[in-house]
Amino acid sequence: MALPLDTVKKVAGLARLQLTDTEIEMFSQQLGGILDYVAMLDELDTSAVEPMVHAIELTNVLRDDVLAPSLPRADALQNAPKQDGRYFLVPAILEG
Amino acid sequence: MSYDVIIGLEVHVQLQTQTKIFCGCSTAFNPDQPNVQTCPVCLGLPGALPVLNRHAMRLAVKTALGLGCQIAKFTKWDRKQYFYPDLPKGYQISQYDLPFSFDGHVDVDTGSGEPRRVRILRAHLEEDAGKNVHDESGRGRDSQVDLNRAGTPLVEIVTQPDLRTAAEARTFLQAMHSLLTFLEVSDCNMQEGSLRCDANVNLHVHQPDGSKVATPIVEVKNINSFRFTEQAILHEVDRQWELFQKTGKTIKDAPKTTRGFDPDRGVTTPMREKEEAADYRYFPDPDLVPVTFTDADIEAIRSEMCETPVSRRARFLGEYQLSAYDADVILDQGRAVADYFETVAKGSGDPKQAANWVTQDVLRELKERRLTLDAFSINADVLMSLLKRVSDKQLTIKSAREVFLLLLEQAEEHAPSTVRIDAIIAEKGLALVQDTGAMETAIAAVLARNAKAVADFKSGKQAAVGALIGQVMKELKGADAAVVREKIIAALS
Repeated sequence: MALPLDTVKKVAGLARLQLTDTEIEMFSQQLGGILDYVAMLDELDTSAVEPMVHAIELTNVLRDDVLAPSLPRADALQNAPKQDGRYFLVPAILEG
Repeated sequence: MSYDVIIGLEVHVQLQTQTKIFCGCSTAFNPDQPNVQTCPVCLGLPGALPVLNRHAMRLAVKTALGLGCQIAKFTKWDRKQYFYPDLPKGYQISQYDLPFSFDGHVDVDTGSGEPRRVRILRAHLEEDAGKNVHDESGRGRDSQVDLNRAGTPLVEIVTQPDLRTAAEARTFLQAMHSLLTFLEVSDCNMQEGSLRCDANVNLHVHQPDGSKVATPIVEVKNINSFRFTEQAILHEVDRQWELFQKTGKTIKDAPKTTRGFDPDRGVTTPMREKEEAADYRYFPDPDLVPVTFTDADIEAIRSEMCETPVSRRARFLGEYQLSAYDADVILDQGRAVADYFETVAKGSGDPKQAANWVTQDVLRELKERRLTLDAFSINADVLMSLLKRVSDKQLTIKSAREVFLLLLEQAEEHAPSTVRIDAIIAEKGLALVQDTGAMETAIAAVLARNAKAVADFKSGKQAAVGALIGQVMKELKGADAAVVREKIIAALS
């Protein structure tokens, strides 16, 4: 079942994606197909199955609180679309 | 019509670690050198793998235990997705449905007898965002982003809406500050943003039929001082009350909105509309594995915790008979000052006197010399020894103050010690005259020399005795004025 167009628009908006009407229509079909596929799980009785919280069955991977070298500033900034040698620059943020 | 004020707080506390929560970059406050404490993990570069900082987790559990929370046996990490320039990954690693702790409470002294119990809904661990620096020129220039802070470990403490006045909210935050600095989980430096809070505020308006109507909830974001917290809530209450009288809008008519506090004008101003919780599209972070705790783990952390300021306050009032005022002054200074006071109180045998000295003399000197206690040259053992002499009646309080100041003055040449105390007492002849024979001789001599004052006193001029006491004190130096007074009056009557 196709996903409602409004839902596609909302999801796209949250992900900051600008879609054309054709794309919205296409994703409505594709996303609907994915959801239908996953919905096959509804045929199973999972009431006695513990919900899985993580795909990896590993716990407690931790590191000690020890300093490691950081990147030089120039390296940290180098991929930014805009920077002034000290800061990342972004279009003026209006608050309030 | 009257109303109740309903307040819940979200308190954000930066933990005192060397490194960030998921990488080895420094957490030092370093605004003058932006973007020098970053790496692929905290910049959110592709392929980077975050690994949890063991110490951050430990401090977080300590915090939660201090708040009386339950510790979850199993906790995990979730991605909270939103776009903002200070959030390089496009999501914040936080905890959603399985926070590491929940169900605590803090009792806040409201000054009206019964403490107010503030329930803690949950406390979870997350990463802080970076810092945006806005162009203040008004010309709409680019904003600057400093990511040094991105990834600093943060505990978010969420209360139930149990606070009822702006003053209570302020007191709660102060209690939080006191608790967290005592536990040494955070420096709680509010100027540097180590402790900040969001306040959720609305009104329950009493209706003529006895029912109550709630006004829409407003969240005032990012308040970074005790005073601003109180001011922001006071303003918000007035604003909501006026608005409700004008529009009658209730919580059912309007969604929760977000406002900021402008301390210059003392008002709250609207911010972006709050996204619905579902819009954050939380999901488990696949890069980070869950954390489990055994009872033994939790007990190990509990066992290394110090006494909380609340229980210490109760002990100061009971065990040492301090006034609430003195106890608060001492505890507000943090654990080091409280420890200092206890050493002096126990050793000198006069807790009230110890409190006076710590709250007045010691704190005054620290302030004047801009020192913290660990850099103060008179340590607790030395002050204890000095005050012990006062309680043993070897020294008057006045002389003790003189010794105290001389110890400080000479601290550069001679580190203050009990030996130095003895030396100063000997040098200045301050030892309290215990030899009543000597005192009586001195009194007799002074009385003989001052026939007029004696006559004045005998004819009823009580004030005349002052001059006599002064002269005796001058001769004996270390005498206790009260004793001298007593003896002169006895000699004259």
